Formats: sequence, structure tokens, C-alpha cells
Amino acid sequence: MTEAWADTYGDEAMPRVGFFTDTTVCIGCKACEVACKEWNLIPEDGLVWTGHSYDNTGELGANSWRHVAFVEQRKPLKVDSGGETAELDPEPLRWLMESDVCKHCTHAGCLDVCPTGALFRTEYGTVVVQQDVCNGCGYCVPACPFGVLDRRHLPRKPDDAPLALPLLGRQEDGRVWKCTLCYDRLKGGHEPACAKACPTDSIQFGPLDELRERADKRLEKLEAEGWNGAQLYGRDPDDGVGGFGAFFMLLDEPEVYGLPPDPVVPTKHLPEMWRTTAIAAAATVVAAAFAFLGGRG
Amino acid sequence: MSEDDSYYGRPILKEPVWAPEIPFYFFFGGIAGASSLLHLGARVTGNEKLARRSLLVGAVADVISPALLVSDLGRPERFLNMFRVFKVTSPMSVGSWVLLVSGGASTTAAVLELAGKLKAVKVAAELVSGLAGPPLITYTGTLLADTSIPVWHEARRELPWLFGASALSSAGAAASLIVPPDEAGPARRLAIGGVAATTGIMAAMKKRVGLVGEVYDRDAAGTLGRVAKVCSGAGAALLAARGRQSRAAAVGGSALVLAGELALRWSVFRAGFQSARDPRYVVIPQRERKAAHGAPSRPAVPAGGAAAP
Repeated sequence: MTEAWADTYGDEAMPRVGFFTDTTVCIGCKACEVACKEWNLIPEDGLVWTGHSYDNTGELGANSWRHVAFVEQRKPLKVDSGGETAELDPEPLRWLMESDVCKHCTHAGCLDVCPTGALFRTEYGTVVVQQDVCNGCGYCVPACPFGVLDRRHLPRKPDDAPLALPLLGRQEDGRVWKCTLCYDRLKGGHEPACAKACPTDSIQFGPLDELRERADKRLEKLEAEGWNGAQLYGRDPDDGVGGFGAFFMLLDEPEVYGLPPDPVVPTKHLPEMWRTTAIAAAATVVAAAFAFLGGRG
Repeated sequence: MSEDDSYYGRPILKEPVWAPEIPFYFFFGGIAGASSLLHLGARVTGNEKLARRSLLVGAVADVISPALLVSDLGRPERFLNMFRVFKVTSPMSVGSWVLLVSGGASTTAAVLELAGKLKAVKVAAELVSGLAGPPLITYTGTLLADTSIPVWHEARRELPWLFGASALSSAGAAASLIVPPDEAGPARRLAIGGVAATTGIMAAMKKRVGLVGEVYDRDAAGTLGRVAKVCSGAGAALLAARGRQSRAAAVGGSALVLAGELALRWSVFRAGFQSARDPRYVVIPQRERKAAHGAPSRPAVPAGGAAAP
């Protein structure tokens, strides 16, 4: 039990859980995407060809809570161990695959800025949207440093409540959706659907402490074997978001996979921002007072 | 930054989902909050015509504002969920409560003013709305700054000032639009001073945020920014030169200032979308930050590169 919010749950607090996604063994099968969609009843949102390798999902969003990225590179897979790849192949090609997901940040910007309390921290330390509370204000969407959350624009379901304000109400779902780390499955003692379906154990689920230990050992092994660019992303509890609940083993810099290199939760600077706001607010009073000094005409 | 350093050039961040209601809200909310200041000042100095009209302008803007916000929600019928909690970590939560107080107070004061009843309640409502005004016009800057959008977050020191100044200028212009020049002096000065302040703050903000500020020179944000500068500058000049002598000049100048301040809000709004769209604005500053922290970086070695890890 490593996290401060355990206090708020008292006896109901559970060890913090998460994912360690080891991209070095990902084979790009997208079983995680499919299992997630099926378990969580996520609707289909259009079938398009992107032309970006085998990635036709494109990005995480309201209707894609796992997204497998495919990167094609002219880089050797390994850089030493006798230089088997580096020296023998003058034009090496490697195909990197990474199953991206909500990071379930220790300091979650989405949760901080949510004005309704729809986003909350579960007893497992994960971050979940309560769909019966979310009013679709959309503040979490630009707050997330990873671009994970989005508003669902698909039509409302027939069994949704009728529009209370028919003139203003949109005909779309209008709420924000993201990975729940299968909160319902956790409650039932099961691992999340994506981890369950992953055939290579690229997606590993478990208590975060254990995952971090396992990841450190894996990194040592990869380095000893000379894997080109092997690095942990989001494992460090001292980073800008306090460490990810779902972290990664990558084979290149994060930006190559479409991830921010040094994410920082925007609310880290909020005390400073509120101070600026207060001073600026006071200044507007002074400015208005000055405007009255010159008389009425 | 080369194409190889991004994922097919795709954005890292999501663009905001906010609709045109939001920049219009910034504009009307600004008029609402700053009008209550103008109104209080006019009351204290005994300028009854200015006081009465700015109270009414503020109350109307205070009614338009929440309507715009509710309309922007993905689930407008759940707008009351904004008042389930009070969260100081969420500028939108704080702002919702401030707007509730400001709107309640200014509409109460305006109704009692028109009805000519309950003087004591009206004065109390006027004071409350005056107190809610300054936070109402500045928190919107922090609302934008408290996001991961580079051009907003990096401007966190300037945005509350920029929006506060823009609000004062808009409220001043709105009042001098409908109050005869003989009694609109403070409103006119507020409009002119506000334009000078927004122009200065905008320039300082663009300079300080560095690379991410270049969106203000491009596409919609750039065009809107130029419209803002030209309109508000011309309007302020007209108000300063002829606003006192000529009602026509006062009306024309005020209208130009209002148009300019609306364009300014739109420019800042659109800049955020442009900033989210281009991964360079996320990657380049974050790489620099990472390098400055001395964080271990392990870029993959390209073919023909150094052989040692």
C-alpha cells in the first residue's frame, strides 16, 4: 500500500493496481483493443484506413480505450552483442508496436479539473468517469497531458433518459469516456479485459509495486542483450504526474509513439495560477477606481 | 524536429471540445463582471445614469453567460451537476460558483432597481455583485491556463491579466455605447485604458511563451489577433480623440472596441486548438525541459550510428 489516497477509503482501500505494457513483446494483434471494446460495450465509431502502417485506430479517445501504435523504422533492433544486426544489415528495418492506454496518473489532471466530481479515484488507485454524473463540460479533454479523454459524439442510446431540455439538448451522447481499468472486473476479482486477452503478456496487470520491480528487472535484461533504445516510460514516481498507474517499456523516445516526452499535470502550477488570478482581480478594482478619478464627463 | 520524432505527425493532445459558446461566454462574462465594478464606482461617485445603465448591462450579460455555458455542455440537462461539489482544483468549478453568485446578485439588483423596491436588499445585492466581478473576469484566464494546451498553460502568468483587462475594456465600451458622453467619462477611460493594457499584455505574453506563441501569427488565431488589434486600437483612438465631444464618435469607437475585444477572446481560443494540433509544441519544449533536468534519455540508435548503448 503506497498511496496517500488509501486513507480516504479506510478499510475498503485496495493495493494500487495498474498495467506494465512491455512493448518489446507486443505483436500488434490488437486483441487488447477488441477485448476492451467487447467487455466495455464501446460502440463502433467508423472504419477508416489511415495508411499509417497497421494502425487504423489512430489514437485513444472516447471509443478507443486501447490503441496499438505501429512504428516502422530504419533502425537496428539491437546495437551490440557482436553487432549482428547493426553491422550485417546496411538498411535495417524494425517494426515497433505499442498498446497505449490511459495512464491512470498519480496526479491526474482530468480528475483535478473535473467540476462535477464525475471523475474519481477508486479504491484501487485508478481514475474512472462516473457516466451518470458527467455533464460533458469537456474540461478534462484539454487537461490531460496525453490526449486520452474525449467526448463521445455518437448518437444517444434509445434507453437513455429523454432530453430534459429539448431545445438545448444535443442528440449525441455528449459525455466523456475513457479506460476504467475495468473497474467492474476488478470488483469481481478479475484482471482487465485487455490484459486477459493479451497473448504475449505484453500487457501485464497487477499491484503497481510488483509491476515496477518486474519492469526494472526486464530493463536490466534488455540492456544486457543490447536492445536498441530500451527505456521505461512513466515508471518514475517523481515525474511530472507522480508516476503512471499504467507505464511502459519502450524501444525509442516516447514522442516516436505519439507520447509526450516529459508530461506534467497542469494543476501542478495551480497555486501559482490562483495567486496570479487574485492579484489580477485586485488590480482590476484599482484600475476601475482610477477611471473615476477624472470626473464624470 | 523531424517527422521521425512524431507519430505520423499526429497530435499528442486532444483539441478542446468547446464550441463557439465558450469564447462568447468569455466576452459576455467579462462584460458582466466588469460592469458590476463600473456600476459600483458610478454609484459611489453619484453618477446615477452610468450606474443604472451599467447595472442593467451587467445583469443582461450575467443572464446570457450561463445560457451559453449550459448550451455548450455535452449534457445540458445535467448543468446542475456543476453545483454538486466545490473544487478549488478545478477553475471551472470555482468559476461556476462565482458566476452563480454574480448572476444571482446582479439580476436581483437590476430587478429591484427597475421595480424601485427593497432598497436595502438592492444595495446588498449590488455589493455582492461588485465583489464577484473581479474574480469573474479573471478566473477565465486561469480556466484556460490550467490545461495541457501549450500556448495556454505557458501563458498562465498573463492570461488572467489579459482577460481582466479585456473585460474592463469591453464593459467600459458597452457603457459608453449607451450613456451620453457627458456622463460616460469613467466608462470611456476604462475602455481606452483596457485596450492599452490588453495590447501590451498580449505582446508580452507572445514574447515570453517563446516557440509555442507562434500560433498567434498563424491561421485563425493570427487573423483574429490582427482584427482585434486594429478594431480595438482604432476604437480606443476614436474614443480618446472625439469620444467626449461627439456622441457618434463615442458610439462608433465603443462598437469598434467591443468588436476588437471579442476578436481577442476568439484569437486566444483558436490559438489553443492550433497549439493542440501540432505535436511540435508538446515535444520540443518538453524535450528541452527533460534535457535541463538531466533526465536519462535513451534514443534509439539509427543505422550506422554509434554502436554502444
